[in-house]
Amino acid sequence: MNLQQTQWHNATLWMVRKKRDNLAMQIPEWEELRRLASQIKMHTLSHLDRYLVQFTDNAEANGAIVHWAKDADEHNAIVLDILNRHKARKLVKSKSMLTEECHLNPFLEANGIEVVESDLGERILQLMHAAPSHIVMPAIHLKRQEVGKLFEDKLHTEKDNSDPTYLTRAARQHLRNEFLTADASMTGANFAVADTGEIVVCTNEGNADMGTSFAPLHIVSVGIEKMAPNHSALGVFTRLLARSATGQPSTTYTSHYRKPRQGCEMHIVLVDNGRSKTLGNEAHQQALKCIRCGACMNTCPVYRRKGGYAYSYFIPGPIGINLGMLKSPKKYANNVSACSLCYSCNQVCPVQVDLADQIYSWRQQLDSIGKANKIKKIISTGLTCLFTRPRLYNNILKLAPVINHIPRFLIYNRLNGWGKGREMPPFAKESFTQMWKKGKVKK
Amino acid sequence: MKVGLFIPCYVNAVYPEVGVASYKLFDYLGIEINYPLNQTCCGQPMANAGFEQKAIPMIKHFDELFESYEYVVAPSASCVAFVKPRTNGKIYEVCEFLHDILKVNKLPGKFPHKVSVHNSCHGVRELHLSSPSELNIPRYSKIKNLLTLIEGVEVFEPEKADECCGFGGMFSIEEPSVSVCMGQDKLANHIATGAEYVTGADSSCLMHLQGVARREKQPIEFIHVVQILAAGL
Repeated sequence: MNLQQTQWHNATLWMVRKKRDNLAMQIPEWEELRRLASQIKMHTLSHLDRYLVQFTDNAEANGAIVHWAKDADEHNAIVLDILNRHKARKLVKSKSMLTEECHLNPFLEANGIEVVESDLGERILQLMHAAPSHIVMPAIHLKRQEVGKLFEDKLHTEKDNSDPTYLTRAARQHLRNEFLTADASMTGANFAVADTGEIVVCTNEGNADMGTSFAPLHIVSVGIEKMAPNHSALGVFTRLLARSATGQPSTTYTSHYRKPRQGCEMHIVLVDNGRSKTLGNEAHQQALKCIRCGACMNTCPVYRRKGGYAYSYFIPGPIGINLGMLKSPKKYANNVSACSLCYSCNQVCPVQVDLADQIYSWRQQLDSIGKANKIKKIISTGLTCLFTRPRLYNNILKLAPVINHIPRFLIYNRLNGWGKGREMPPFAKESFTQMWKKGKVKK
Repeated sequence: MKVGLFIPCYVNAVYPEVGVASYKLFDYLGIEINYPLNQTCCGQPMANAGFEQKAIPMIKHFDELFESYEYVVAPSASCVAFVKPRTNGKIYEVCEFLHDILKVNKLPGKFPHKVSVHNSCHGVRELHLSSPSELNIPRYSKIKNLLTLIEGVEVFEPEKADECCGFGGMFSIEEPSVSVCMGQDKLANHIATGAEYVTGADSSCLMHLQGVARREKQPIEFIHVVQILAAGL
């Protein structure tokens, strides 16, 4: 991003963080809710086998058809098979990060299925052939003028009209037609309630309901970590989710899907895709508590300035750094540096995932997989050599002020990352140790 | 009460006056404080960079060096936050110690200046020197409480009062662009308060912001909290 983009991206995301703060501060028991949410998640995850079976039994008793997918390929094959058996050619989707994770859209398109994203942000990105840059506000990196240009081209809107109401109305018109002509609908799931067998989807646009209300077939793609034991537990999460995500008391729509509409079918695909492996990883299993609110991104000073596309994993920000490492440490190790260890993410997380501690922990593993930054390794080795030899360190301390007199061009060059935008601090004429030894500290 | 003074490596080399001010405060308060020689670094820079193994000998050395002391104090929140959970927990940041252990309620100094408090990440979110802006807990600031003991100080806080300044140890050289950008934003927020000084409990953040300020030729000054607290000594 250029400087201007950085500035407004930063300001926009900070505004969302502030909205979150405003609402969080209005709930006296906010911190207790976070603790409770974390405990419920850990309880559910540590009894996941039981809750998944309970959920499946109840969902099937309600009339849904439940499928189990061990990985992305199996998930995609199941979805395609369901669509083919219904001779469905057009699928309308609401937002689902899991289907992004599984690369479902390109797979279905390659198999002749027309896929229409119905979340406005996702639809914009689909028309641009681009990926989300944020998990809750996928097109947050775009300005309305860019959307105006895109709609001119794709939806034939008026030239140079980027009025938000006008553009939203145009998108609404366009999507209305897609909803009416779709053969099948697909949603993700924010929660799956085990003791009722229902799926809960939170949206602001009502697009999930539009999709599921018209098409005769509803496919739900849900990660196995989304289980909530019951409605009491669900209530804790829904109080936290929208407040943390966008600073709203709740999403405009919280839709509970318990059974297929009369004469229709509802399929639920439970997806593992590495989650059970993460569950077995004691140091990092907390990442599974994530309810995908995006608060860690909004608060992250690095994400706000770099934007989502600066990360190589499809989920950016603190949680994305962690999920990427859980997916493939070798492939996604380059994201681990995008953190100043400020710990703000830990504190906003509604389910108390210790995101920064986990990033710290991943850093400790980089050297062993050959992914340590070479310069940092050299510096660390050098410093260790110095700091484990107090006498050498004291001699260096005495000599250090000499550096103050080295010509500028020798110090400020491309090898000096610090020199980019910052002056070096001058060394003191005498170090504290020297002063102490000379009796200048004690009077 | 026998207290050991730990002066972090970069404070030792770049900001010895912060160490001197720390000593003066304890001396004034009648606390027996000693500076054991042969101390070096707490090991945090290597650990945060992903080489905690290399930091372990330093922690061990630290433990041995300060074994006979009842408390250890250091004028650097970040170093203290790193050492505390890795040792027996008897290390305190100087302000934390003055506020929580000694419960200092009177100091003789005057500092007739406007200061903007830099709430450093590890000071706030690990050592709890002030209430983090993210949490719904009663608001407090140990640094602001201590500063009120000094006559004439006018205390301000920048917008985004505890957003990271972008230093982050080796983060500053591995991700220089975003680090500098964070530093510039933070500095601008401090300057916007109208303060003459930026002050805080972490010389590392101040060093970063000072580096940005000097490059941009901004006249604002930087001073560690202990220097203000020791102004009359």
